[in-house]
Amino acid sequence: MADPPLLSMQGITKQFLGVPALREVSFEVARGEVHALIGQNGAGKSTLIKVLTGVYARDAGRIEFDGREVAFPSPHAAQLAGLSTIYQEVNLVPFRSVAENVFLGREPKRLGLIDWGRMNREAAAILRRLDLDVDVTRPLHDYAIATQQMTALARALSTAAKLVIMDEPTSALAEQEVQTLFRVIRQLRDEGIAVVFVSHRLDELYAVCDRVTVMRDGRTVAQRAMADISRYELVSTMLGRELAEELAHRRSADAAPDGPPVLEATDLHRGRALDGVSVSVRPGEIVGLAGLLGSGRTETARAVFGADPLDSGTVAVAGTPVALRSPRDAVERGIGFAPEDRKTEGIIPQLSVRENMTLALLPHLRRHGIVDRRRQGEIVDRFVTAIGVKCSSPEQPIRELSGGNQQKVLLARWLCTDPKLLILDEPTRGIDVGAKRDIQVLVRRLADEGLAVLLISSELEEIVADADRVVTLRDGRSVAELTGDDITEDALMNAMATGAAADTAVDSASDTADPPAGPATAPDHDPTTAGRQP
Amino acid sequence: MTTVDTPAGTSTGRRVQVGLLLQRQGALIALVVLVVFGVLRYGERFATGFNLSSFTGDTAKYGLVALGMTFVIMTGGIDLSVGSVVALGGVVGVGVSEYGLLPGLLAGTAAGAAVGVVNGLLITRLRLQPFIVTLATLLAVRGLALTLAGTRAAVAAPGGFQSLGSWSLLGLPVAAWAMFLAFLVGAAVLHYTPWGRQVLAIGGNVDAARLMGLPVARTTFSVYVLSGALAGCAGVFLGSQNGSVDTAAGQGWELTAIAAVVVGGTLLTGGVGSVLSSLVGVLLLQLIFNLIVFENGRGAVTISSFWESVIRGAFLLVVVLLQVRLVRRRGEAGRPA
Amino acid sequence: MSSRPDTPASPAAAEPDGQPAGTTAGTGPGTTAGGATAEGASTEGGRGGRVRWSVWAQRYGALAALAALFVYNAIATPYFLTPQSLLFILLRQAAPIAIVAVGMAIVIGTGGIDLSVGSVMAIAGQVGAVLVLGGQPALLAVLAALLVAALCGLFNGTLVARFGVQPIIATLILFIAGRGIAQLITGGELQPLSNPDFQWIGLARPLGVPAQVIIAVVVAVVAWLVMRLTVYGRYVLAVGGNETASRLAGLPAARVKLLAYVTSGVLAGLVGLIAVSATSASDANNTGVGMELDAIAAVAVAGTPLTGGKVTIPGAVVGAVLLKLLQNTLISKGVTKEVAQIVTGAVIVLALWLQRQDTP
Repeated sequence: MADPPLLSMQGITKQFLGVPALREVSFEVARGEVHALIGQNGAGKSTLIKVLTGVYARDAGRIEFDGREVAFPSPHAAQLAGLSTIYQEVNLVPFRSVAENVFLGREPKRLGLIDWGRMNREAAAILRRLDLDVDVTRPLHDYAIATQQMTALARALSTAAKLVIMDEPTSALAEQEVQTLFRVIRQLRDEGIAVVFVSHRLDELYAVCDRVTVMRDGRTVAQRAMADISRYELVSTMLGRELAEELAHRRSADAAPDGPPVLEATDLHRGRALDGVSVSVRPGEIVGLAGLLGSGRTETARAVFGADPLDSGTVAVAGTPVALRSPRDAVERGIGFAPEDRKTEGIIPQLSVRENMTLALLPHLRRHGIVDRRRQGEIVDRFVTAIGVKCSSPEQPIRELSGGNQQKVLLARWLCTDPKLLILDEPTRGIDVGAKRDIQVLVRRLADEGLAVLLISSELEEIVADADRVVTLRDGRSVAELTGDDITEDALMNAMATGAAADTAVDSASDTADPPAGPATAPDHDPTTAGRQP
Repeated sequence: MTTVDTPAGTSTGRRVQVGLLLQRQGALIALVVLVVFGVLRYGERFATGFNLSSFTGDTAKYGLVALGMTFVIMTGGIDLSVGSVVALGGVVGVGVSEYGLLPGLLAGTAAGAAVGVVNGLLITRLRLQPFIVTLATLLAVRGLALTLAGTRAAVAAPGGFQSLGSWSLLGLPVAAWAMFLAFLVGAAVLHYTPWGRQVLAIGGNVDAARLMGLPVARTTFSVYVLSGALAGCAGVFLGSQNGSVDTAAGQGWELTAIAAVVVGGTLLTGGVGSVLSSLVGVLLLQLIFNLIVFENGRGAVTISSFWESVIRGAFLLVVVLLQVRLVRRRGEAGRPA
Repeated sequence: MSSRPDTPASPAAAEPDGQPAGTTAGTGPGTTAGGATAEGASTEGGRGGRVRWSVWAQRYGALAALAALFVYNAIATPYFLTPQSLLFILLRQAAPIAIVAVGMAIVIGTGGIDLSVGSVMAIAGQVGAVLVLGGQPALLAVLAALLVAALCGLFNGTLVARFGVQPIIATLILFIAGRGIAQLITGGELQPLSNPDFQWIGLARPLGVPAQVIIAVVVAVVAWLVMRLTVYGRYVLAVGGNETASRLAGLPAARVKLLAYVTSGVLAGLVGLIAVSATSASDANNTGVGMELDAIAAVAVAGTPLTGGKVTIPGAVVGAVLLKLLQNTLISKGVTKEVAQIVTGAVIVLALWLQRQDTP
């Protein structure tokens, strides 16, 4: 490239308590390129971004942005210089209007007072640039996550950003919303704005990025053009080891599930979220629950677990119809549920690994109301070893563990209750590749031992690799079922999009690199279904 | 004035809208109903200028405290110290009462603002929880007020200082006009200034506000200073109207102020609220007291003044339950992911 | 003094939160899912030495302060070390606060707060007094009073646990209405009491120890054992730490909270009876005024975060005694009651500041 890079970071070093988090990292982004930044959790991506945007001060190194040497004292200063960050969790103010969220802190004024008319007009204009036609005077929380994400992007654009950093922006988006985001990213690139894109999903990197920087152990280990690096190479560079079996199917072909279903849910209805979902799971079977965001996957799981009340429909556990009024009822019947959002719905942060792991088991560890500490200790020791939880001791607070290890503890929380059915909602989201594989292998092993598993995942790859049978949901209804070798990404996308299990070609799937777009019903414009997915 | 943007269009939206109307205007509807009830039942005596003026004049000081509390609660915080600050402001104001009302107001307000500065610094610099910080200043400031009052009772010098109790303009006491003006200014500030929007943004999502580069610490700090200043000012109102400030002055006002704000429909979690609704809340809670006085005056049934607190509590209960329904419904309509 | 000796002091290097203090845990800007630990160790940088110290200060600060104050008084205050002074002034005064603080600590552990304790004291005190004055047996009066107090707790708990009302507001209702109810029970008039059976809890001194001190010790020990050993104790910590997660783990979260408020109500009722007995008069206007503040202060001063998820019963007791001893010391040194109040406020702030590191 003839031009000097827009951003150049050289020799960046950062230590925490003497432990190096970044060692002599260099990172360059050219004007108008989409640059992928990848690495396992703990590789230093977040630290690098935080050093760049002024959240942390660097110990050593040099940062040049837009031709000047910089050291931003705060994210705000970085923003003013044209460097905006969009975080994984939407960091906006839900109760305030879309327009306010775009302009908070920089409201257009007349005579010192806020000019609401102009603010709304300008916000609408910026959003139209992103092909989004919404009522900007309505509160942000009325809209889908994708729209909220776009609002964050609009905010970045309105600050005249030269570089936009997106930290896992797609993790909460459905495929179709991801496509909208990608289109906008390409549009930005064409306008000369550079984008740094952080994601764990390889498909997305190949779909939208021009170049990639790989980090490992606080170092940059590769900087390449996206087209010049194979998936295999990318993964092995990231992990620093060979991982040939990574993408292999792990379904054990001969272990055909038999026996009566552990769970049989029929024609579930709940408000607008569930409109006729039926799903059954037999012992030893992993049933995937696929569908776009808002299709009712999590709602189905919650209903089956007794977390949300049903309007109508029946749930039978081991052949007996039951009325589950609370998760407690479900737990007593041998159902476990690992929710999607570990932080807010899974862990009790300040309690130890031991306490977290035995939380659901406590009623059974009770002797005259008193906790049997010895049995508790034995059980915890057994599972820490069996599942390979990495912690300094079972007494370590769970919040100190990495995401993957937290997830393992949460799985153990259910496994130690010896459940018949385990519901896993996005069990590998936000977890680094190594831990993800551990968990996938573990779930398969448990199923082979007779556990029934209901698996929810937004990653088609994961569903295809793990599930024996897949029930596809669309608009709160179960629309298709696929078994065995019929489970392919194409077939799944087709089912999600059209509601048919037949393998007719999906027309929008012609662009090979991109995961194809979803159905035409864009959730953006329907605030009632929007944002329903917790 | 609307600070809650109205969702419209879908049927869920409309349901929420009705709920919002109920939440936002429920207190106003109740206020109107009670006034009509009072006029019908107690006739002219209730509707006289005298009752109206003594009622609004009396309410003014509670109004000022509730106004400050509204802003604090909108940031997601709370200020429990206001009751003690009322006492402090009153004692300080009365202390300089020989120089007249204006110096008294300035001194009392400044004393209140000083407590607000302490609260604000502890909360923003040391990052302590507002609830417990202001609980501590509640204790400490009452001690300070009582120490300042000393052995002699805090009695105001006769003359100008006490004129707030007698001045009136167009049939309403000046104190009442001051309250109405303060609320109007407060409402305008909330809607039309960046500071007002920052207050709501901080209460809505403090992390986002910080990342957006909003001056979170400064705004949070200023809200406590405002609350302290208004409470101090209310203390001077009290001293001027009564001619003295006793040791129990302002005790429990923090909780009535919170009740008024909640009755008005401001969410305690912050981020949503309306200034004028708090005014309605204050008027409503005070009117209940006024009606009890009238009912007793009528002679047929005697309602002990003890009922006052019971009825206030019951009102708060009803409002809270209405809010719960509304919040649940809204949660269904658009649960943020 | 911690009820959770099972949690070892974190080694400095593994100090928990990467969040800058002040951000709400879990929603901080840097929380990429998985919250990488190496990256998370961040903001504690360069504070290794202080972390250890603050953990110590947090856990034993109140106890150390109490010990220091005790030693000072033993040396400087005449007759301080006599049973009369210790049992009948210090502990007798601290006992009611300690009992209420125990209930408050449990409620705070669930992530709540109970502002209504003072009003519940007044209600229970009046119920007991009115029944005794009406010629009912003392035991019946006590049981009826405690039952009414439990119902008050049930009311609070129902609003919080079933209706999801914020604890501050839910208990504010009874705080406001409760005193009126108490006044209505007796018509607001002060009535003299003289019934030795009924007034046992306020006046008796078995083995030369005031009955209320014994009651406080029993209440604290039982509560401590319950919180430490029982499943309910674990449930309180879990619900206070993360209610959604607890519910999804099959815990009866609503019942856990309900029981906490009922406990707090009953303990407040008990103290209401003690207060009425000790003063030999039913006084609806003054019984329990300001008790909610004293109890919350006692809990906070011992380093229990008001955000929930942590309960230290011994801490609440130490806090109650510490605050009382502090006030008595100041007053005995000729400081006015008002200035003593100022110092109390300052001590609470100091205690908060010390425990800050643990509760970002």
